[in-house]
Amino acid sequence: MTIWSNFKRTARAGFIGFWRNGFVSLASVLIMTVTLFVFGSTIFINALLEASIHEVESRVDINVYFSSSAKEDDILALKTKVETLPEVALPVEYISKEDVLGNFKKHHENDEVILQSLDELDVNPFGAILNIRAKEVAQYEGIARFFADTQTDDGGTQIQKINYYNNKQAIDSLGRAVDGGRKIGASITIALALLSILITFNTIRLSTYIARDEIAVMRLVGASNGFIREPFIIAGAMYGALAGIIVLGGFYPVTYWIASSIGDFFGGLDLFAYYIEHFGEITLLLVISGIVLGSVSSFLAVRRYLRI
Amino acid sequence: MIHFDKVSKIYSDDSIALDEVSFTVNSQEFVTIVGHSGAGKSTLIKMLLLEEKPSHGTILFEKFDVSRLRRRDIPKYRRRIGTVFQDFKLIPNKTVFENVAFAMEAAGRTDEEIAADVPHVLSLVDLRKKIWNFPHELSGGEKQRVAIARAIINQPDVVIADEPTGNLDPINAREIVEILKRINSLGTTVILTTHNKDVVDAIGKRVITMEKGKIIRDNKDGKYAL
Ligand SMILES: Nc1ncnc2c1ncn2[C@@H]1O[C@H](COP(=O)(O)OP(=O)(O)OP(=O)(O)O)[C@@H](O)[C@H]1O
Ligand SMILES: [Mg+2]
Repeated sequence: MTIWSNFKRTARAGFIGFWRNGFVSLASVLIMTVTLFVFGSTIFINALLEASIHEVESRVDINVYFSSSAKEDDILALKTKVETLPEVALPVEYISKEDVLGNFKKHHENDEVILQSLDELDVNPFGAILNIRAKEVAQYEGIARFFADTQTDDGGTQIQKINYYNNKQAIDSLGRAVDGGRKIGASITIALALLSILITFNTIRLSTYIARDEIAVMRLVGASNGFIREPFIIAGAMYGALAGIIVLGGFYPVTYWIASSIGDFFGGLDLFAYYIEHFGEITLLLVISGIVLGSVSSFLAVRRYLRI
Repeated sequence: MIHFDKVSKIYSDDSIALDEVSFTVNSQEFVTIVGHSGAGKSTLIKMLLLEEKPSHGTILFEKFDVSRLRRRDIPKYRRRIGTVFQDFKLIPNKTVFENVAFAMEAAGRTDEEIAADVPHVLSLVDLRKKIWNFPHELSGGEKQRVAIARAIINQPDVVIADEPTGNLDPINAREIVEILKRINSLGTTVILTTHNKDVVDAIGKRVITMEKGKIIRDNKDGKYAL
């Protein structure tokens, strides 16, 4: 017996078993479809969660206000230095004192008194601003400290104000919320995955239970454990693969519908686009987890009936 | 060829299925084991097939001690024994061909050998025409003939039949007995259990009589006597 003809034989037995036990196969595939749908949904829920967290995070920044006497070259040098910090998300936004003045004027264009008094000053009273965003909420503290140190070094002549310290509390609680959100997301994912595995395992166990007499006969005829087990494992893998493909196809309309109905509520993430963009990974994940789940469940389920 | 030496099987204190049973079956013999229900006939056969292990005593198959077999050698050992049961034990969702072929596949035979041998053996039991039917499409006698075909397909040293005629009418029972006799005359050892007087008389060979887990009589050319 060559390995190839052995494989052919096993595959054929698996296929025939799948086909002839139509009802049991159908039930198993359906259950695994639900399981993998839950599995797949967690991918999308996590994507939405991440996008929302990202969206919230991107609204937080540190504003560093320079004094009006600070030299532009110095500020730009500082900007370059800040940009090399690993925690800092690029780009760092620089607003020159002229722009600040311009913005201010625009903001108050209907307020004659303010505009007039500004005109009476022959120097620009505003300082430049650097807006810095961190890659993660937890990193603001470090960036803020960097500026605080710089401020101490120059004796407060250049940096007038770092507004992180005003927002500190808000940023901290946001950081905790983001952390919490991720933890909840992860626990839900794990809990759902465990639940799915349990349900699948029990379904497969039931389908093997139905075949227990058959297994007993196979043993009496002198079939080795491996020989008995393989077709079951193949059939289990087929349930999983088929369920994976069904779910994959099902997500096409589902994500399309969700994307068009929730719009950009969750951080502007277009679920349908996400699905299309990550199609390869999602396929691999669903089909492979289906195959692994199905075959491992079969393996474990059959093992019960193979003890001497 | 098969030797039981003081074999006991004690399920529990009040259920002693075999009580120090000793006997020898020689190669090419046809042995009929009779006894009332609960006498221990099936238990004896389960010991031989290693479905259960004896509580005491040893069973020798040719030269080796059956209960010393390693787990992974048990399937190979079972392939040397063909089995036939009262309830046929066919695999319901396999065709007649596949049921018989399965035993060959399990023994690692090639597809060519299977394609050649299965129809041949099925014609020996007169089932060529039902080769693609499923078990539920067959009569009891036909099912039992499939089981016999499966039992002999790997040319075993011994065929064991535990009440093979139990579910059959006299005519079908007679036919099964004839097939088993033919198998025996071609050189295969046969061990058969039954309650049926007609079956014993039709065989007309060695009869071992059991009662309450013991052998109470062993007649060389026995008739049914209980
Ligand atoms: N798994 C078991 N657990 C406990 N007792 C058992 C078990 N199997 C068999 N027995 C007992 O062992 C005794 C012998 O049973 P066995 O099946 O060998 O009888 P038998 O001669 O084949 O009877 P029958 O002609 O009805 O088939 C019976 O008393 C039975 O109740
Ligand atoms: Mg019995």
